[in-house]
Amino acid sequence: MSQLIATHLGVSFGEKTVLDGLSVSFDAAQVTAVVGPNGAGKSTLLMALAGLRAPDRGHVSVDGADIYSLPARDRAQRMGFPAQTPEIAWGVDVRTLVGLGRTPRIGSRGLTAADDEIVTQALAATDVTAFADRNVLTLSGGERGRALIARALAGEPKWLLADEPLTGLDPGFQLDIASLFRGMTARGCGVIVTLHDLHMALRMADRVLVLGEGRVLADGAPQEALSPETLMRAYGVEARTWPGAAGPVIEIVGRRG
Amino acid sequence: MRTIPRALLIGGLLVLLVLLVLASLSAGKVWIPWSDWFGAADDMRSMIIFDLRLPRTVLGIIVGVGLGISGAAMQGYTRNPLADPGILGVSSMAAFGAVATLYLGAASSMPWLLPAGAMIGAVGGIAMLLVLSGATSSVLTFILAGMILNTVATAGVSLALNLAPTPWAVNEIIHWLLGSLADRSVDEVRMALPFVLIGSALVLTLARPLDALTLGETGARSLGIDLTRTRWILAFGVGLAVGASVAVTGMIGFVGLVTPHLLRPFVSARPGALLVPSALAGAVIVLAGDVIVRILPSTVELKLSVAMAAVGAPFFLALLINLRRKAA
Repeated sequence: MSQLIATHLGVSFGEKTVLDGLSVSFDAAQVTAVVGPNGAGKSTLLMALAGLRAPDRGHVSVDGADIYSLPARDRAQRMGFPAQTPEIAWGVDVRTLVGLGRTPRIGSRGLTAADDEIVTQALAATDVTAFADRNVLTLSGGERGRALIARALAGEPKWLLADEPLTGLDPGFQLDIASLFRGMTARGCGVIVTLHDLHMALRMADRVLVLGEGRVLADGAPQEALSPETLMRAYGVEARTWPGAAGPVIEIVGRRG
Repeated sequence: MRTIPRALLIGGLLVLLVLLVLASLSAGKVWIPWSDWFGAADDMRSMIIFDLRLPRTVLGIIVGVGLGISGAAMQGYTRNPLADPGILGVSSMAAFGAVATLYLGAASSMPWLLPAGAMIGAVGGIAMLLVLSGATSSVLTFILAGMILNTVATAGVSLALNLAPTPWAVNEIIHWLLGSLADRSVDEVRMALPFVLIGSALVLTLARPLDALTLGETGARSLGIDLTRTRWILAFGVGLAVGASVAVTGMIGFVGLVTPHLLRPFVSARPGALLVPSALAGAVIVLAGDVIVRILPSTVELKLSVAMAAVGAPFFLALLINLRRKAA
């Protein structure tokens, strides 16, 4: 089973330390949600894990190989990364955009019928088939978010690292994407997502990693990791957990200290 | 989207190009219909066609291909539909190299020195570009390095004009800076062809990286694109193609900017798919412009660059009106 390991990661932007000697390892076939307050280093961790931002200190290895020593194409075949603030430059159609996801698989040859089939499946899996021929610049935020996830799926990655994949999606699509991620883990893919929505973290993740000031504050099964004590430490809020119709619910009672 | 089959687009551009080649060989102060090209008793006419107009036409195609493909690559790379091949500063450096030979008065005794000076300027420009932008892969530092080169080269050209020993030298420099295809021979074709071919071939290998850059720099890297390598190939490819074009014709603006812009809708906006059509359309536009300046009834032939600039303003006006209509 594929393993992704980060050891003593340190990242600083000038004076500001974003990741402070963080070590964590991930097993495939799990959905891990990374949560934490703004500026806790969630996106930076994800970029470092994806092989897209070499840490100042420490290293990241995937299946025993240092991710920053892997050839770019090899790395891209393993790691799927739908970027958080997608700057799409040209008004290509959605199918073309999703087809770009095949880039690490095809090298310099064109898309074959087999590639087209995989693209079609990716379109269907994220429910964007209906607007596959539309110009991406005319999509709403949620539609674009799903198209970008489809793009990552089309690369058939071993790991999917998604930064805020649920942002801008309505509740229905949030559940759809959550079950899509669940389906990917069933096929042996490891999914790591950053989330702001603690309910969704509780609901969709096998494991929750709470970050604060560049360190791991809690790590474990969702309900244990998102304990009221941890939430107080991480966010400075008082929270309560109570049973809801579809599993436990976190209620933020108020702001404290 | 009004996508049309790629074969049709390329085929259409090729037909247009062939028609323009025929027009370019026929048109000028003396109109020579194609039926008179061969077998005519008149030696003068066949000399006009094969010694004057043929090299000029071939050179027009070479330069057009170089400018068109470079423009498409630069717009794709910078993700800016109004970028042109000149923003890397390599064409200004080539012009500076050429102007330096004119300033030193060396070009009149040895005519090959001017294009050689321009190529040295271009290659020096490429080297400086890569040194200045360093090992980072950021598009922004690359463009900034190009701006520095542009500024230095422009200052150098101005300095040469400022310090020119005679008004005649000033005249010569300005005359050369206004790009034109007039009075070019097989020598210029030999000079430019290999560089434009190599440059264009390098740029053609960038189709996938340019497509991937549609997703931004992080997106392209997540797709396994090596942006540093992309930048090196781009610098050499565009530098050689544009540098060689400037070396033999002077500065011809507008072609590299407008060609990809016009064709973008026909290739569903994919930057990689734009390269080959832009190369062909660049040749079409340069040849069309050159035929027009030759048949205009004026005593002094209009410079091609001036004609291009004259078409440029209304083109951008049309673009502006179109954008405003969309925004309204």
